[in-house]
Amino acid sequence: MASERQLSYAEALREAFVIALSRDPRVFLIGEGVPDPKGIFATTSGLAEQFGAQRVRDMPLSENGMTGICIGAALAGMRPVLMHQRLDFALLSLDQIINHAAKWRYMFAGRAHVPLVIRLIIGRGWGQGPQHAQALVALFAQIPGLKVVTPATPYDARALMLAAIADADPTIYIEHRWLHNIRDTVPEAVAIEPLQGGRVARQGQDITVVTYSYMLLEVHAAAAALAVAGVAVEVIDLRVIRPLDVALIVASVTKCGHLLVVDTGHGDFGVAAEVIAAVTIAAFTALQSAPARLGLPPHPCPTAPALSRDYYPDAAAVVTAIAQQLVLPQAVQQQALSLLQRGDHPHDTPYRGFNGPF
Amino acid sequence: MLLQQYRSLYRIRRVEEVIAAHYREQQMRCPVHLSIGQEAVAVGVCTQLHREDALFSGHRAHAHYLAKGGDLQALFAELYGKATGCCSGRGGSMHLIDLAVGFWGATPIVAGTVPLAVGVALAWQLQGRSGVSAVFIGDGAMEEGVVHESLNYAAQQQLAVLFICENNGYAVYTRLAGRQPPRQIHALAAAHGLTVAVADGNDVELVSQHSAAAVAAMRQGGGPQFLELTTHRWLEHCGPDDDDHLGYRQPGELAAWRERCPLALAAERLQVRDAVSEATLVQLRQQVEDEIAAALEAAQNAPEPDGCERLEHLYGE
Ligand SMILES: Cc1ncc(C[n+]2csc(CCOP(=O)(O)OP(=O)(O)O)c2C)c(N)n1
Ligand SMILES: [Mg+2]
Repeated sequence: MASERQLSYAEALREAFVIALSRDPRVFLIGEGVPDPKGIFATTSGLAEQFGAQRVRDMPLSENGMTGICIGAALAGMRPVLMHQRLDFALLSLDQIINHAAKWRYMFAGRAHVPLVIRLIIGRGWGQGPQHAQALVALFAQIPGLKVVTPATPYDARALMLAAIADADPTIYIEHRWLHNIRDTVPEAVAIEPLQGGRVARQGQDITVVTYSYMLLEVHAAAAALAVAGVAVEVIDLRVIRPLDVALIVASVTKCGHLLVVDTGHGDFGVAAEVIAAVTIAAFTALQSAPARLGLPPHPCPTAPALSRDYYPDAAAVVTAIAQQLVLPQAVQQQALSLLQRGDHPHDTPYRGFNGPF
Repeated sequence: MLLQQYRSLYRIRRVEEVIAAHYREQQMRCPVHLSIGQEAVAVGVCTQLHREDALFSGHRAHAHYLAKGGDLQALFAELYGKATGCCSGRGGSMHLIDLAVGFWGATPIVAGTVPLAVGVALAWQLQGRSGVSAVFIGDGAMEEGVVHESLNYAAQQQLAVLFICENNGYAVYTRLAGRQPPRQIHALAAAHGLTVAVADGNDVELVSQHSAAAVAAMRQGGGPQFLELTTHRWLEHCGPDDDDHLGYRQPGELAAWRERCPLALAAERLQVRDAVSEATLVQLRQQVEDEIAAALEAAQNAPEPDGCERLEHLYGE
């Protein structure tokens, strides 16, 4: 059955590029290493051969300048997809992203606009360290004029890339390195969806857990373990961080009465803060307990295994947070935790404890 | 002098070969960018720097750190993520520091440390201090805007900054010609008003001579200097293996560069020109091997940092 086709996240993303390059002559891909033998973790492999070096382009180590050049190309009718192997490298281009791309339409009262996609990858593990593992999603989401998407499934990797390319405004498309190898169903048929909206990734009625990007996997694993122990977690995958789908979250919290936000970035000043603020403002009386959040601790990621071991919250941390919030009996929490044993799998390489569906 | 330089070349080569060999055990859990084939650049330049002179570098920094006198055990320990590492385990291979020998910091955001080197020179000018501030960059780093902003300011302020561009012809898998127009890299620095030189980066004596001239000029108030040193990376961009099978290099390019090994060039000159005996070289190599073995063992046996330490040092107070 065609609809049962399984693709990895990286394959699905590559397929989005094939579709966009085939259908739309305005689209071109550009970034350091895009046509090289590794093809940005195999997401652009073979595309230069198929579509030519004009449309699948390498670039100099000039992140800020090249971002402005892509903005200019977008103003002149192209649809560039600019990519960086690490989100951290794009920090050199914040001037062009924030001062120019995000402002252009507004400051010229709609006389021009910037249909640009900037693709970033959050690094993790194997000692990526302080300058190669920053999950600065909220940094971009705070900027009016930018849209920010964080696909967490192979389906969304393709759908949101196609939506971002079709969108008329600058979109920051943020991946997580630990998502590239996950596999799930991606039907061959393609529909271009609007760039908006979250999704209920798992239904439940005891607590709403809002998450995005890589942490969806850990939350899914936690929810599956808690289900065995009799707790029904409703999981919301934000997919699109800005514009934020507040209505979807409020509807879920109204049903469940409890809210935990599991952030892929830092816990403080982040996406979780915005979600909790929005829900508290919109549905204060629906909350039966204080909302809670779980995210990265407030310091950079160190390299040494001994220092990074407890840096990243995992499914067990999610279970513990939920248990605290719902004041679950000790036995229930223990039962769920016992299902999440990682064995001796190293903490700094990707772990596939959860096998979907996502 | 050449014998000392050979010792340093050999030491750096062997340290990195040892890293490559042990990397496969997966106990050094961080990305590593090795300089095998490029050692003469680091050694030739650093021979002309004083301990008090400042040095900065980037992602491919083991050779620079060692040539400046950085602690060997602390390098190994950093790669092993140990408490005795030069960053106490916070950085791994891509973040090195040893302030005791004037190695002010190496970090892997390409070109990120270039303006910092200029800032050190500015401070020393304001403080009336002599001393040279030096920074190693790759050919790829020349494409970053911040490098040109730094060159401009260093020249305009006549600061004692030595920019060393280690031109190995590639940034990851992309050839220079795929990223820059056909003009010389050092011409960019000349256009900014710096005194420039270009030399064969595999000839440690040549590198050393050019560095001596540049540093001497700066110590006499001569303003910033720029050296472009041509060389080649023998192994993969990141990691311990040969990657010639990927086919991104020109056919025969790697083999030709291996023929021009900086260690072999120096050793031959020592024996043929300077009549240094084989026995002397054998003894020197053995001393280096012993030092490396001891430092490696110390690093392997060093304690891991306490996980709680990760909360420290975000702020001073
Ligand atoms: C700002 C930034 N962009 C991209 C990268 C990824 N990256 C790491 S090393 C490198 C190539 C650097 O080339 P070059 O300056 O020639 O140094 P070499 O690796 O050849 O020593 C790139 C693109 C990075 N670390 N930082
Ligand atoms: Mg290079």
